[in-house]
Amino acid sequence: MSTLEIDRVRKAYGHLEVLKEVSISIGTGDFLVLLGPSGCGKSTLLNMIAGLETITGGEIRIAGKAVNDLSPKDRDIAMVFQSYALYPTMTVRQNIEFGMKIRKVAQADRGRAVKTASDLLQITHLLDRKPSQLSGGQRQRVAMGRAIVREPKLFLFDEPLSNLDAKLRVDMRTEIKRLHARLGTTIVYVTHDQIEAMTLATRVAVMKDGVVQQLDEPQAVYDRPANVYVARFVGSPAMNIVPAVLEAEGATVTAVIDIANRPPARIAGITLSPEAVRRYAGKKVLVGIRPENFSIASGDIPPSLTIDFDVVEPTGPDTLAVFQLGGVEVTARLPPKQAHAGQEAALSVDTSKTVLFDIDTETRID
Amino acid sequence: MAEALSQSSKMRLGRLAIYACLVIVAVLYLMPLWVMVTTSLKPLDEIYGGSFIGLPKVVTLDAWRAAWSQACIGTECTGLKPYFVNSLLMVIPAVALSTGIGAINGYILTKWKFPGANFVFGLMLFGCFLPYQAILIPMARTLGLLGLAGSIPGLVAVHVSYGICFTTLFFRNYFVSLPDELTKAAMVDGAGFFRIFWSVILPTSIPIIVVSCIWQFTQIWNDFLFGVSFTSGSSSPITVALNNIVNVTTGRKQYNVDMAAAMIAAIPTLVVYIVAGRYFVRGLTAGAVKG
Ligand SMILES: Nc1ncnc2c1ncn2[C@@H]1O[C@H](COP(=O)(O)OP(=O)(O)O)[C@@H](O)[C@H]1O
Ligand SMILES: [Mg+2]
Repeated sequence: MSTLEIDRVRKAYGHLEVLKEVSISIGTGDFLVLLGPSGCGKSTLLNMIAGLETITGGEIRIAGKAVNDLSPKDRDIAMVFQSYALYPTMTVRQNIEFGMKIRKVAQADRGRAVKTASDLLQITHLLDRKPSQLSGGQRQRVAMGRAIVREPKLFLFDEPLSNLDAKLRVDMRTEIKRLHARLGTTIVYVTHDQIEAMTLATRVAVMKDGVVQQLDEPQAVYDRPANVYVARFVGSPAMNIVPAVLEAEGATVTAVIDIANRPPARIAGITLSPEAVRRYAGKKVLVGIRPENFSIASGDIPPSLTIDFDVVEPTGPDTLAVFQLGGVEVTARLPPKQAHAGQEAALSVDTSKTVLFDIDTETRID
Repeated sequence: MAEALSQSSKMRLGRLAIYACLVIVAVLYLMPLWVMVTTSLKPLDEIYGGSFIGLPKVVTLDAWRAAWSQACIGTECTGLKPYFVNSLLMVIPAVALSTGIGAINGYILTKWKFPGANFVFGLMLFGCFLPYQAILIPMARTLGLLGLAGSIPGLVAVHVSYGICFTTLFFRNYFVSLPDELTKAAMVDGAGFFRIFWSVILPTSIPIIVVSCIWQFTQIWNDFLFGVSFTSGSSSPITVALNNIVNVTTGRKQYNVDMAAAMIAAIPTLVVYIVAGRYFVRGLTAGAVKG
């Protein structure tokens, strides 16, 4: 059974349509990440799930029950906010207890819940401090503690790590993942950071301008992006998107890409459905190649392309090599010391990972 | 070397000039107070004998006693005491009510926004710029209709309605800097309108509550126009009674009593400033609550 169903949900502020027919459904224990750039409507959607924003159209169901008309406290959810939103005049303990006090939980039970949560989050020594006496990471933990004691059906996180510095962000990310493994509660998590989405999610919904572009497992979103937008948004460095012409060769196609002052690249052996082969043979398309799917050609496999490297950026574990392909700048991720600026190189491409997009609609061709 | 020396002596000279200026201005400002204090401690004969600015030859508290409990106001010779009590009876509920209502208004205008909230706020701001004189007659009519004319509760009502514009402005501007997520978090925790107000919003608002109270207290305590317009006789506030003592005298003008009376009328605002003044500055400059 699905814990959360978002069924053709719309949101408009006056004439401004912020969410257009969003439909998402996730199961118990799922970790859904709403991923998209700032202003695409992620927080609005999360607030609608929480009951902090009205729903203009459609229905949201939690554990099978429509919650459109329920107030936040009756939805069996808990939320962690971007600014943590700790009550500034209350101690950590009072912050965590506040909701339970309102729900009239007996004192002994409150104490036990605070103890369990603070042990889990390692904030027991902070219980009598005020939020202003805590570091960013500690505030983050307290905010999570406040959510945990609720024991909700659904945790909602709105960019919980974006106020932390880089190092702490990575630590807390692991912490959240561990928490999810321990508690097994369904989570909806909003972020604009694609790495957070990839590392945390069991399901990712990539959003743009109030529309879900793709809803899938993170690896599927990475390997088979639904359109050019998703392809560029997920992965760093971004997927290279290059114009090409397709040539049919039996059941597969070859993407032919112009290279200035050199013979064109021929990326052969891309599999497509027979229908797509018929439809796109001889047509212009966009080819998507992840940086790591280039390699220095070796052995008996003939290279797909020969180019000159413009810029080479060693990152430590590997080297990013930039060159021109089909009139655009392309990045390849190669093992260290294999590329040198100005050097000519023959590269091959892992065609099993190559994706093609329609040049007009920019959607993936299968 | 010589140049550097002259540089530093120039700076010292400048500093001296600044201090001299400050002292002169301070003396100018304190002069009237000095005259008031010394005059109030002199017997009347000494004042009429020509000593106005100097220290009293004989120090006596008679004038203070007279101003407090014996001076004649109209036909009643009760001193300022009953009017001081009137002012207290007026100022305490008026400050409490206007601050309380302003706080709730500010809370609604920032955390429970409704369509047109900014327009309503604009209208309330407009009230801050209304001159007292413009509302005298409509207010008198309203008080008459409410059956509150000429009474202390009537005066309280006037001060509350006139003060709400200011207190709403204070609280609204303070609450605007509190993150909305605070209210949202409390809603998710299950708190309602008043619970959030009491448990989350108000405890963070001490500085602005102090600002609002000081502002309202001084405005209301020092008000003369509303007092003289909407009350009469024994229900007058102290400012009106003071005016009567000073302006209505038979025989020799009792300067020492007048001065003592004026100071009695000013003491409560002074006390409020001294007790809560540092919160005033802090509250006016306080930004968002961190954390
Ligand atoms: N109360 C509001 N009134 C009008 N527009 C709003 C309101 N809240 C959000 N928006 C608009 O809705 C869009 C989505 O906002 P939001 O959900 O906060 O984006 P995200 O969280 O993805 O950055 C933005 O363009 C924002 O300007
Ligand atoms: Mg947001």
